[in-house]
Amino acid sequence: MSAVMLQARGLSVARGTATVVRDVHLAARAGEWLAIVGPNGAGKSSLLRALAGLWPAASGDVRLCGERMSPGPSRGSLGLRARQLAWMGQGLASEEALSVDEVVALGRLPHQGWWGWPSRSANDRAAIEQALQDTDLLALRQRTLQALSGGERQRAHLARVLATQASVLLLDEPSAHLDAPHQRLLAQVLRTQAQRGCAVVSVVHELPLALAADRIAVMQSGTLLACGDAGEPAVHRAIETVFAQAVRIVLVEGRWTALPCY
Amino acid sequence: MLSALVVVLALVLCTWGLGMGADGWQAPWQAWVDPGQRAILLDIRAPRTLGAFLVGALLGLGGAVAQGLFRNPLAEPHLLGSASGAGLIMALAWSVGGAWGGGLLARLGLTVLAFVGAVGGVVLTLLLARGAAHTLRLLLAGVVVGVVLGALTQWLMLWSAEAWRAMQAFMLGNTALLGWDACALLGAMWLLTLPLALAMSRVLDALALGEDTTRSLGVPLGLARGVLVAVLAATTAAAVAQAGLVAFVGLVAPHLVRGWGAGRHRVRLWAASAMGGALMLVSDVLARSLLPPQELPVGVLTAVLGGVYLLVLLHRRPT
Repeated sequence: MSAVMLQARGLSVARGTATVVRDVHLAARAGEWLAIVGPNGAGKSSLLRALAGLWPAASGDVRLCGERMSPGPSRGSLGLRARQLAWMGQGLASEEALSVDEVVALGRLPHQGWWGWPSRSANDRAAIEQALQDTDLLALRQRTLQALSGGERQRAHLARVLATQASVLLLDEPSAHLDAPHQRLLAQVLRTQAQRGCAVVSVVHELPLALAADRIAVMQSGTLLACGDAGEPAVHRAIETVFAQAVRIVLVEGRWTALPCY
Repeated sequence: MLSALVVVLALVLCTWGLGMGADGWQAPWQAWVDPGQRAILLDIRAPRTLGAFLVGALLGLGGAVAQGLFRNPLAEPHLLGSASGAGLIMALAWSVGGAWGGGLLARLGLTVLAFVGAVGGVVLTLLLARGAAHTLRLLLAGVVVGVVLGALTQWLMLWSAEAWRAMQAFMLGNTALLGWDACALLGAMWLLTLPLALAMSRVLDALALGEDTTRSLGVPLGLARGVLVAVLAATTAAAVAQAGLVAFVGLVAPHLVRGWGAGRHRVRLWAASAMGGALMLVSDVLARSLLPPQELPVGVLTAVLGGVYLLVLLHRRPT
């Protein structure tokens, strides 16, 4: 079995007086794509933020490559963490006049250091080119975020995460705004990252995309209801339950997919 | 190309400013032959022109830093309490300490005090707004701090005749009294803050994508914010201590270069600084030439021009 890259142990997260994630035990392994699904308000994004070290744990802890993530890390360990773990949130800023190329280049910040005169090494340039190519953005690299559609902007942020070349990728709804061909591209990119040895954890709303992952974690009301292989019947039952039987998981042409039940 | 344009514009205006006298425009090289005129050119007009450029350059830089730091296109030193904080401290210094004279040490002392006031004003605004996350709350807090500190400044001016006289020119913004001492201080502050801001340009770029994204990229946000607030306060303090409250240059300059397509802060910071300097030179030349032989305080002119620009900007923005 592959090494555990990221692990939550009894993790709870509180926002104000509300506990939004309760006692979650979860592990993401190298070479694996783990999808987190659940209805609105299930605590998926909060869990992802806590896994990224952006929100503190109310109880329990998160371990990155076996090391406990401390809530107030030193400057050195912040940089190291950012090289190992890349995070992409949802509803990302779009007003800024930064170009796609500049946004993707920010993914190299953990390698360059945040302080000093910006310059790109050969490694930086290669990583940026690769990320732009993987996300089908080479032709749009000079366009500003403002001038892009929602899906193109989403791909620019995905490219930024890929350019980091981190071994753990945390992605919050990476498929938002993407059309069908680019959802397929996203699935291929995440699969490729996993095959390269990354641990990929993504919050996904599109259930067919989640069912293309290796494992699925099902959340409801801040708790982890089930976690297992994407083909496990128990996981499918849990998905159908948390979505109030509004979907049915079925096998079509050898692949699991979700059908809406209206 | 953008940089060349700004530099050329600044140089042309420098020459114009140098030649501007009570009798109208006169080329500096024509006046050079007369020792009296030469002294006026070297001791009065040259430092005034250079000083005005540097005041504008510092305000433009401060505005670009404020807009990047607070992710708010309407942020500028005057809207975030730093200028009013510096103003209050200056009024306090004048009422308690009386006349400070015009020497370098006195100017340095006033600049340090203005810096303390500027930091205090920004911190107070951030405290009232409970951080920089909410744009509207931040701007409203800045307005509140500006009004309250402004009222306290006015009260100090009424209370002390010494402060009243000194603050008259200060409140309206004035470049007429800028000498070589002030230029040395302004120049030193510009040479200190511009590289510091440029070293933070990638952090400002990252901040455009949100604070969480910036933190996820390994940036120690508290430290980075502290450095940027210090740059903002230092630029405002130096400009305010030497030339008084010159409004809107810090807001307009970054917007003008934003419109020209300077996206990255590496470009925007110094372009906004150069544009701020050019704007101040334009304003100074207009202030001297609109109602001859009278001279308008330059702050009045920048406030009128900047206010019109802000209105146009508000009506152009979709939200």
